[in-house]
Amino acid sequence: MGNKEQKQKEQNPEERIHNFNEVSFSYTKEQAVKEAKRCLQCKVPLCEIGCPAGISIKKFIKHIADEEFDLALKVILEKNSLPGVCGRVCPAEDNCMKMCVSRPKININLLERFVADNSKKIVAEVKKNKGKIAVIGSGPAGLACSSDLALMGYDVVLFEALHIAGGVLSYGIPEFRLPKKIVNNEVEYIKNLGIKIKLNSVVGKTFDLKEILNEYDAVFISTGAGLPYFLGIDGENLNNVYSANEFLSRNNLMKSYKFPEYKTPLKKSRKTVVIGGGNVAIDAARTARRLGSEVVVVYRRSKNEIPAREQEIKHAEEEGIEFVFLANPLRILGKEDVEGVECIRMSLGEQDDSGRRRPLPIKNSEFRIDCGQVIVAIGQGPNPLIQKTINLNTGKKGNIIVNEKYETSIEKIYAGGDITSGSATVINAIRDGKTAAKQIDEMLKKRRK
Amino acid sequence: MYRIKEKKILAENTVLLRITAPEIAKKARAGNFVMLRIDEKGERIPLTIVDYDKDTITLIFLVVGRTTDDLLKLNEGDSILDVVGPLGNAIDVEKYGKVVFVGGGLGIAAIYPQLKTLKKLNKIISIIGARTDKHLFLVDEIKENSNETIICTDDGSLGRKGFVTEALKDLIENEKIDRVVAIGPPVMMKAVSDVTRNKKIKTIASINTIMVDGIGMCGSCRVKVKDEIKFACVDGPEFDAHDIDWDEFLKRNSRYKEEEHECMLSKK
Repeated sequence: MGNKEQKQKEQNPEERIHNFNEVSFSYTKEQAVKEAKRCLQCKVPLCEIGCPAGISIKKFIKHIADEEFDLALKVILEKNSLPGVCGRVCPAEDNCMKMCVSRPKININLLERFVADNSKKIVAEVKKNKGKIAVIGSGPAGLACSSDLALMGYDVVLFEALHIAGGVLSYGIPEFRLPKKIVNNEVEYIKNLGIKIKLNSVVGKTFDLKEILNEYDAVFISTGAGLPYFLGIDGENLNNVYSANEFLSRNNLMKSYKFPEYKTPLKKSRKTVVIGGGNVAIDAARTARRLGSEVVVVYRRSKNEIPAREQEIKHAEEEGIEFVFLANPLRILGKEDVEGVECIRMSLGEQDDSGRRRPLPIKNSEFRIDCGQVIVAIGQGPNPLIQKTINLNTGKKGNIIVNEKYETSIEKIYAGGDITSGSATVINAIRDGKTAAKQIDEMLKKRRK
Repeated sequence: MYRIKEKKILAENTVLLRITAPEIAKKARAGNFVMLRIDEKGERIPLTIVDYDKDTITLIFLVVGRTTDDLLKLNEGDSILDVVGPLGNAIDVEKYGKVVFVGGGLGIAAIYPQLKTLKKLNKIISIIGARTDKHLFLVDEIKENSNETIICTDDGSLGRKGFVTEALKDLIENEKIDRVVAIGPPVMMKAVSDVTRNKKIKTIASINTIMVDGIGMCGSCRVKVKDEIKFACVDGPEFDAHDIDWDEFLKRNSRYKEEEHECMLSKK
């Protein structure tokens, strides 16, 4: 029977903890075609309702089944300029695949990845005569917004503060999960759509948002959630306590895993404690593992509540990373350098505002984990730089407030992605960028009339 | 790419680079810094903007490690891959009264744009110090822009023999000082802050921390100020010297010593 699910091949754990190469491999052509042929080609493709980017999933899968791979990619690119990225990091299990009626479900993300990795992106030529838009921040929201606007015929300038485009795709997500070659490839495609990317350009510092507003017909702010949160406990400023952002930036953006060839250093430690349970925490843990450290992840709730993707947890466990659930750090121990973490056991109480059961400390259950390095991965907040320079309405956490049209409190300024939501997924940022692009177009269309 | 328009050796291990960067120059103010990365494999390091005109910014650095050693090798006409800024907060330009600037070592470069900016509204006394006269630089520029200048060298080869803190102590004994700005090695800034604390003189220190992005995203530069965590890159680089947890800062700032050494050794 041809209904066997095609499994993605992976580097085995013993091998991969010694390198930064990608853990999972792309489908082979045969695998992709077999998997695509399993698709039921439903009359009403529910999977497409589940896709935040609105990709014509049924159609692109049909093209793969018919071995028309370039056409498959063309179909995806109509809606999503980042197929290589999404095929790897989109939590498809919560989106398109959640709606899939095949059993076993079709691995839609792996099919998207296959075409992204194996087909040539054809750049659509579009005349840029509709107006000039500034997009601030070249992470997933900014890239998605820019490419949609360019395809609609707008002249887009994308401002990026760092020396490389991609935002969290470049500084945050590790090489072994999302190779930087893939990110560069997608950024190149977006540049080829006629978008000008201005690197080393910090809006709020190098450029004034007010000046930009005078020069452009509209602005989309997608500066992301890059502000690391700390625990506020004793010992947090000891040497070898990192925010996950610092640890990951040193590795991904500055390539300190290749130190001293690349000149940004990172301390090596025999044992690392990572605090937190999101995808960022798991990325940091798996990075530390590859740098030769034993790793313990401390998470205050139980395995059922952990926010990281199941696949990431599975990979981390295979790599020998230990999880301590229902525990919370009380203080970080040490004199100059970290020597350990004192934790307390937790139990789960009533549901809190997030709908999850609230973790509560168990009296007299303190225990110590010895380690030489601590990575704090308890979340990130919106980057505050721009909000300090212009009077935009912001929320409690400093996030920019937008309405359903992605409009901020200032006319012609739109915002989306993690700068508005706090901290979410790549695919939700892409959805925001795309929807905002549509709204900007609507607004400018009205003005042209 | 950012072209080096001018290179000058100012003193022992002290180098001036004037770089073409019109967008940064347009926004630069006293107190700002830039992050630079020499090439693809380079580290991002912060350097104070010492001067600026229409198209260029001037940076001064001390050759202390791998990156500054690589920077030293560049010449006029060469380019630096990435320069980003102006970052950090510019100084507040106000009428304070009598302001003492204490600059030690490379700190001399950092006080220069500040005193130049404040001299119109304030009386400026500058105390600059270095190991020997061979390590001093910008002396004429500082003198020109100060009402009074005191030079100190550790060995007495020029000016007063001894540390800048000694000169400062004598000064505040005899004169009413409204504000002190100290920029230099962390130990010096800590010592200055100890000297002015009892006299309750408002003292500002500009701290040079280890940074990765320089735009508030990593927390490498975090420092405890009045028991609160601050990021030097976006909340600073200037803080009230009496509120800084200097001991913690000193420890944090030397945390990559071994790696710096390893990186120097790896050089062919």
